[in-house]
Amino acid sequence: MMFLRYAIYRFITMLLTLWVVSILIFVIINLPPGDYLSNQIAELRATGQAEGVAKAEFLRTEYALDRPIWEQYLIWVGMAPGPQGWYGLIQGNFGWSFEFDRPVSEIVGDALWLTVLVNLAAVLFVYLVALPLGVIAAAKSETWVDYTAAFVGYLGLATPNFLLALMLFYYGNKYFDIPIGGLMDPQFEGEPMSWEKVKSILIHLIVPTFVIGTSGAAAMMQRLRANMLDELSKPYVETAKAKGLAPSKLLAKYPLRMAFNPFVADIGNLLPAMVSGSVLVSVVLGLQTIGPSLLTALKSQDQFLAGFILMFVALLTLIGTMISDLLLVLLDPRIRYGARGS
Amino acid sequence: MLTPLLDVRDLSIGFGAADPVVRDVSFQVMPGETLALVGESGSGKTITCRSVLRILPEAAQIRGGTISFTPPNGPAVDLLSINERAMRNIRGDQISMIFQEPMRSLSPLHRLGDQVAEVLKLHRDMGPNSAKKTVLETFDRVGFPDPERVWKSYPFEMSGGMRQRAMIAMAMVAKPDLLIADEPTTALDVTTQAQVLGLIKDLQRDTGMAVILVTHDLGVVANMAESVVVMNKGRVMERGPAPAVLGAPAHGYTKKLFAAAPSIPQVAEPARTEPGKDHILELKGVCKTYTMRAGGWSKPQKITACHEVNLNLERGKTVAVVGESGSGKTTCARIALGAEVPDTGSEVIFRATATSDPLYINAMTPAERIHFQRQAQMVFQDPYSSLSPRMRIQQTMTEPMEIHNIGTKAERREKAAEMLRWVGLDPSMLVRYPHAFSGGQRQRLSIARALTLDPVLLVCDEPTSALDVSVQEQILSLLEDIRDRMGLSYLFISHDLAVVARIADEVAVMRQGVVVEQAAPDMLFYNPRHPYTRALIAAQPTPDVNRPIDLNLVAKGAGSPASWPDEFRFEGVAAPALTELAPGHKVRCHV
Repeated sequence: MMFLRYAIYRFITMLLTLWVVSILIFVIINLPPGDYLSNQIAELRATGQAEGVAKAEFLRTEYALDRPIWEQYLIWVGMAPGPQGWYGLIQGNFGWSFEFDRPVSEIVGDALWLTVLVNLAAVLFVYLVALPLGVIAAAKSETWVDYTAAFVGYLGLATPNFLLALMLFYYGNKYFDIPIGGLMDPQFEGEPMSWEKVKSILIHLIVPTFVIGTSGAAAMMQRLRANMLDELSKPYVETAKAKGLAPSKLLAKYPLRMAFNPFVADIGNLLPAMVSGSVLVSVVLGLQTIGPSLLTALKSQDQFLAGFILMFVALLTLIGTMISDLLLVLLDPRIRYGARGS
Repeated sequence: MLTPLLDVRDLSIGFGAADPVVRDVSFQVMPGETLALVGESGSGKTITCRSVLRILPEAAQIRGGTISFTPPNGPAVDLLSINERAMRNIRGDQISMIFQEPMRSLSPLHRLGDQVAEVLKLHRDMGPNSAKKTVLETFDRVGFPDPERVWKSYPFEMSGGMRQRAMIAMAMVAKPDLLIADEPTTALDVTTQAQVLGLIKDLQRDTGMAVILVTHDLGVVANMAESVVVMNKGRVMERGPAPAVLGAPAHGYTKKLFAAAPSIPQVAEPARTEPGKDHILELKGVCKTYTMRAGGWSKPQKITACHEVNLNLERGKTVAVVGESGSGKTTCARIALGAEVPDTGSEVIFRATATSDPLYINAMTPAERIHFQRQAQMVFQDPYSSLSPRMRIQQTMTEPMEIHNIGTKAERREKAAEMLRWVGLDPSMLVRYPHAFSGGQRQRLSIARALTLDPVLLVCDEPTSALDVSVQEQILSLLEDIRDRMGLSYLFISHDLAVVARIADEVAVMRQGVVVEQAAPDMLFYNPRHPYTRALIAAQPTPDVNRPIDLNLVAKGAGSPASWPDEFRFEGVAAPALTELAPGHKVRCHV
C-alpha cells in the first residue's frame, strides 16, 4: 500500500520533471539565431529560386515558426491550438522534419525501438559482467584474481569504443563469421517480424553490445568492488561470521545486499550515458539507432526532429531513475521505513 | 577437580613483524562461570577473546599457545588447530558472541527474525516453522513484550538497548555453552546497561552457560564476574576470584584502575550553599521543537527536543546537564552557544563580566555573534574526529586567533605554546600531526585550542566519554584545575552521574526534553527525590562486590514518564512544574 502510494507520487513527479525538461530542450534548441526554414529561405533567395521560397514560407506558417517562441512551445507540446488545431506531442504528433521532408515519426520509427534494444542489451551486459567480477574481485582482494580483473577492466575503460568496434568487426568476421555493420541483414529491413529476422538481429547485436557495454561494465565493476570492500569491514559481517556462516553464503547474504544499493541506483544514469555515448559507435558500426539522426538534426537546426529525440532520451533517463528509485524502496527497508524508524 | 570449559594457555598474537600485542596469556573458564577480562583500550583484551572464535583481523597471526575447549558432553578440542569447517560448527552453536556496538553489529537490511533464525537453520537443521517458534520463545525470554513484532522488525526501528537484546537473543538461541560478550554495554546508557547486565545474568542462571565478559569498567566486573583477569599491554597483570581482586587489588595497575573509576559519593549531610547573584549564563524557559518532514505526502511531525529548561550558571562554577541519549542535553548546549535558535519565548542571557550588559544569545546580531564566539568555546566529545588530521597542531591551535585577527604570527605561536603548557603538554609538540597523539592527549589539545581565545565560558559536551577510565580521571582533574586558575565557568554535558559528581556545582537531570530534578550534587546524591534520578544513581555500577545494582529501582525510574508514580507522572510535554522542595533542590512533581 505504502509502496503503491510512493509509486504514484514518484510517477507524478516524473511527469512534472519531464514537463520542465521539455521547456529546457525547446529553449536550448531555439537559442541559436534563426531556424531551419529561415536559413533555407535565405539560401534560396541568394540562389534565386523563388518557388522554393514560397514553399518554405508556407511551411513556416504551417508549423507556426513565425509566432513568438512561447506560443511555438505550447503548440509543439500540444497545450495550445496551432495551425492544425490541438495537435502536438501530447496528442501523438511528433512533428515534421524539414531536413528529410517527412514526419518525424516516420524517420525515427524503427530506430526508436532498435535504440532501446541495443541499449538494454548493453545495460544487461554491464550488469551480468560487473556483478560477478566485482564481487569476486572484492572477495579475493589483492590476489591475482583481483589484479587480473582490474587490468582487464582498465583496458576496457581505456580503449576508445570505435577502435574496439573496428577490431571486433575485423576479427569477429574473420574467425567467427560475424556480420559487419547494421542491426540486421539488409533483406529483413522493413519486413515484418519473423524468426529469421530475430535471429539476424541477435547475431548483429553481439558486437555493439560488447562495444557499448565494456567501459560501463569496467567502471561498475570497480565501484562494486570498492563498495563491497567497505561493507566487508563492517561489524555485522563479523556477527555473521560468529554465527558460523560459511564465507560464500555470508558474502551473498549480507555485504552483497548492502553493496547492491549504489548498483541499483546506477540504472538511471546508465541509460542516458549509453544512448548519448553510443552515437559515435552507432555511426561507426552503421547501426540504425536514433544516435546518427540526432547528430544531423542538431547540426542542421532541424528543430522538431532534434527536440523529439532529446525528449525521448530524457524520458528514458527519467524512467530509468524512477525504476531505480522504486527498486531501492523495495530493496532497502531503511528507505521504505525511513520516516517511521526515526 | 573439574575440567575447565575453556583453557587458554600461553596465547601470543601479533601483527606482521611487530612485537606481539598479546603475550603468554593464560586463563581458565569453568562451566557456568563468569570471567571478566578487564583492561584499557590497547590492552589486548578484545583480540584475546576474538581468538577463541578465530575471528581475528586478517593481518593478525597467532604465534603460539593453545585454546582448549571441553564441551560438557564431548571430548576436548584445540580451537586453534581444528579446521575451518569444524570451527564454523562451533561458532554460534557452542560458543557465541555479542559485540560492542548493537547499532552496527546487525545487518540493517534483514529482519531481526531472519537474522536470529539463521543460527538455528545453520546448526539445528530446523525448518522455518520450528525455528520461528524457538526464536519467538527466545525473544520472549530476553524481555521483548511483543515477540511477533520483533520478528518482523528491522534493527533501525529499535533503540540501542532493544538491539542489544536482539543481539543477545541471537547469541542465546542455540543455547551455547560459552558466551563471549565484548564490551556489551559500553555503547548504552547507564540505565539500559543495568538492565542488559541483569538480563545476561538471568539467562546464565537459567541455562548454566559460562560467560567471558570483556570490559574496561570495574563496576560492571563487580556486578557480574566470579573471576577476573586484568590485562595491560597484552599481558595478564593480575588474575583471581572477583571478591579477592576487587577487595584487595595486589597489582599496581589494578590499583590504578581502581583509583580512576568514577563513583557516586555517599554523602552524609549536604552542605548548604547560598546561591550567588552573578550569573554568567541564564537559560530562561528554553524550548526547542523540530519539525520532521517525511517524504511524499506524509504530515510533518513535531518533535520536542527540550521544553521549559531554566538554568543559571554562576560565574566560576560548573553546571552539569545529565541525561541519556535523546534527553535533549546536547540541544541545550547548542542553544547556549547560539549554534541553534530556540523557539520564540525562550531567552538565553550571557554576561561576559559581572558588570557588562546582558547579551541575548537567542537574538544576536552578526557582530555580537563574532564577539560572543571569542568568549564562549566548546570542547567536543570525540577527540579523534574533532581535530583535523591534515593540520599540524600549531595550525589547529592558531587558527581561532587568525579568524579573530588576534596578535601577530609570533604572538599567536607564543600563545599556542603557552596553552599547551597549561594543559600539560610540551610546546615542542606543536609541529606534530594529531595522529601522533593518544586519545587523552588529543582531548588535552582540544581543550588547549578552546582556551586560545581566552574565553570566559566553556561548554564541554561529554568530554570524557570516549576515553579510558584512567585518562578520564586526568582530563577531569585538568578541567577542574583550569577552571579554578583561569576563572572559567563550565556548562558540562554528560550521561554519567559519577563523572559529574566530582566536577559540578549544580546538576540538572534531563529526561525526554524536560529537567526532572535539579540540585547541587551533594543534595542530589544525599536525597534523590525523582524516580528517574534514583534509577540513574542505582544503575551506576560500583566496583564493590557488596553493592550490586538494584534492578528494581532502575526499572521503576527508567521506564517512560507515564509509568512513574502518580506524583511524577506525565505524558508528552504536559509535565508537572519544577517545584523547589528544599532550598536549592527542585523536583518536577505534583505537590
